[in-house]
Amino acid sequence: MKYIDEFRDGDLAQKIAANIASEADPRRNYHLMEFCGGHTHAISRYGIVDLLPDNVHMIHGPGCPVCVLPVGRVENAIQLARIPGLILCSYGDMLRIPTANGMSLLRAKAQSADVRMVYSSADAVKIAQENPQHQVVFFAIGFETTTPPTAVAIKQAQALGLNNFTVFCNHVLTPSAISHILQSPEVRQLGLVPLDGFIGPAHVSTVIGSQPYEYFAEEFQKPVVIAGFEPLDVMQAILMLIRQINEGRAEVENEFTRAVLPTGNIKAQLLVAEVFELRRTFEWRGLGLVPYSALKIKSDYADFDAEQRFQIPVVSIADNKACECGAILRGVKQPQDCKIFGTACTPENPIGSCMVSSEGACAAYYSYGRFREKPHATMKEN
Amino acid sequence: MSSAGKIRPGYTRSLDLKNGCVEMAHGSGGRAMAQLIDQLFLAAFDNEFLRKMNDQACFQSFNGRMVMSTDSHVVTPLFFPGGNIGSLSVHGTINDIAMSGAKPCYLAASFILEEGFPLADLKRIVDSMAQAAQAAQVPIVTGDTKVVEKGSGDGVFITTTGIGTVPDGINISGENARPGDKILVSGTLGDHGIAILSLRENLSFHTSIQSDTAALHDLVACMIAVAPNIHVLRDPTRGGIATTLNEIALQSSVGMMLYENKLPIREPVSAACEFLGLDPLYIANEGKLVAICAPADAGKLLRAMQVHPLGENAALIGEVIEDTHCFVQMQTRFGGKRVVDWLSGEQLPRIC
Amino acid sequence: MVNYVIISTPENSYKTPMCLAIPACVEQLTAENHAIVNLGGIRKEISLALVEDIAPGDYVIVHVGFALQKLDQLEAKHTLAMFAEMSALYKGN
Repeated sequence: MKYIDEFRDGDLAQKIAANIASEADPRRNYHLMEFCGGHTHAISRYGIVDLLPDNVHMIHGPGCPVCVLPVGRVENAIQLARIPGLILCSYGDMLRIPTANGMSLLRAKAQSADVRMVYSSADAVKIAQENPQHQVVFFAIGFETTTPPTAVAIKQAQALGLNNFTVFCNHVLTPSAISHILQSPEVRQLGLVPLDGFIGPAHVSTVIGSQPYEYFAEEFQKPVVIAGFEPLDVMQAILMLIRQINEGRAEVENEFTRAVLPTGNIKAQLLVAEVFELRRTFEWRGLGLVPYSALKIKSDYADFDAEQRFQIPVVSIADNKACECGAILRGVKQPQDCKIFGTACTPENPIGSCMVSSEGACAAYYSYGRFREKPHATMKEN
Repeated sequence: MSSAGKIRPGYTRSLDLKNGCVEMAHGSGGRAMAQLIDQLFLAAFDNEFLRKMNDQACFQSFNGRMVMSTDSHVVTPLFFPGGNIGSLSVHGTINDIAMSGAKPCYLAASFILEEGFPLADLKRIVDSMAQAAQAAQVPIVTGDTKVVEKGSGDGVFITTTGIGTVPDGINISGENARPGDKILVSGTLGDHGIAILSLRENLSFHTSIQSDTAALHDLVACMIAVAPNIHVLRDPTRGGIATTLNEIALQSSVGMMLYENKLPIREPVSAACEFLGLDPLYIANEGKLVAICAPADAGKLLRAMQVHPLGENAALIGEVIEDTHCFVQMQTRFGGKRVVDWLSGEQLPRIC
Repeated sequence: MVNYVIISTPENSYKTPMCLAIPACVEQLTAENHAIVNLGGIRKEISLALVEDIAPGDYVIVHVGFALQKLDQLEAKHTLAMFAEMSALYKGN
């Protein structure tokens, strides 16, 4: 497949790995956070960690929208799905997230709630068109990549004059999450969670561009390299970060030039700005309340806002006491530091969000990495 | 089967195979059921056993070991590129028998029909089964039919059971894999699963990929002729080759190492997996087998598979290693390693 | 063994749709701002509502049924060259 296979070439990978090995300074450690769940997945799936020297550590950031969605919102979705006659449409991975008492959208469906998996927001609009007697709610989540498709769906519903289509909006923003990590008490207090650089998300950046990251680079003096989705992109980005760190630079570099412009996709951004506005605050699982980090639907489009049409109470469900997802999402702990990792909490029986989604740090580590004989150095050893 | 004897009961009207539907009466044991069996099932499956019209099939016993296997088939959609629930059910049970090295002898087929299911579709399915059985030379010698009320089924559920005979000296079983053994697969991975997925309404994509559903007993016979000492055979259906290999690893208390660049996968299957975020290792196959053999046998076994029409794309994909964890690992095309874990999490439901 | 109903997608191999995006070739434009794209022989209809000036032969990044951005094929070549180039430059540091 063009523009995919070439970026997975094993020989080139070895070459880049050799460069990383020769340029990484053996006298220091490098702690690099990959923010995007897709990058976490690529790193695990291709065994990239095996090609990195021991002093280069990858930390999984909170770039998995499934992982950071608070359980209370999933509970809200289940409540909506249980309204008689209502059809709840959702992306696939949301179906499995466990709420209180082991309930999930999937289980609710088994108990006759009308829950339907969709691949695209457009599918949800289609379902609304085909079922005019039913209320249809689209459970929208995701970072900036997935927000424009929701905006298109709302505009489309408006153009079609649908009065039975609403969106339960849980879209969140990448820069806020990065800020929050960089400003968390653990990080400011350097020495506990040293973060030396970021691999910027691939597809979020196609929408928002490379400019929004300049703030972090400057303010926090951390280099950011935006990387494409494929494993060679990730490896090249690691090399570029190591170079910046060695040279004492803190700039935004773009490795994903084939899809990311400095300004991003203006058309998509304008569409989002037309339909959505910032929430003052929003709860992120593991990060707590984060200001100006999430979107809600503007009053102009109130007819398509599920939170206007339905009573959606704020439900706060605390995570299991033993669950370390919060710390793991902030890069403070590793999966193997969690007491219930691999025992009570497994992909079959996920307790926390990091295990539910395949892009979560725990799920990725469980599937791909838990057999490793050489343990990856944890924060405490530095 | 209803015992109608030699004299046909007077059917007032012929079964309306074009526009008719399954009715509750078709399962009640009366005239309507006799007609359904006679004009649909017996007409398609016709053989000396069924012509006797008894509730059982009688045949001579065999010397030596026998195997028996059973499968229930609830696949949706019922019809897919390359096959349907009918051909799938016949192939599936023949393959389960064949994976022991046995020669399949007879099949039984029972049907649970949902009231309202179109007879035209049922005829297609039954004809398909007849063709599959005929081509494989494994007759369907007995069966049963029941009808459930509308809403209690999914059109049609089929259960097939088969028996076969194992030649002397053949000992093929999941616990026989040994460190050093080679792992072979008979062809491309993921075809069936992707063919099915392409029909899911909200994931619809257009592809030329067909299900690979096929009866493998002839291929197995050729393989055994060349290498009677094959250690393990299994067909990677539900959960894909990853699940099958994990099962075997656990049964044999061994580990495995696969080589990603050796896995035979068609480009459209890879592409569909990219689109949907799936891993072809976990996707079902219905006409492929995995073989594990001693290293000395690997070369000739592979060649024997490759000359058979159902083994054209056979490949050596890995080997068995010592491992107390019983992990199935894979060397990625990158040179890195990853674990090919058990299927975990719940299955996605049927999406309406 | 039971023939299951739908393909199982294990947690450890299914990428969530949120982060799943792939480059695909635009084959033809269709009605209402949609296009058929081709990836390795698989054809799918997607929306072009988020992009502009797309013509058959272009490559686009596809995400949850939408084209997110046109892929700059020249830049793609440059990036690949960069992977290979730099390794020559920095050999044996």
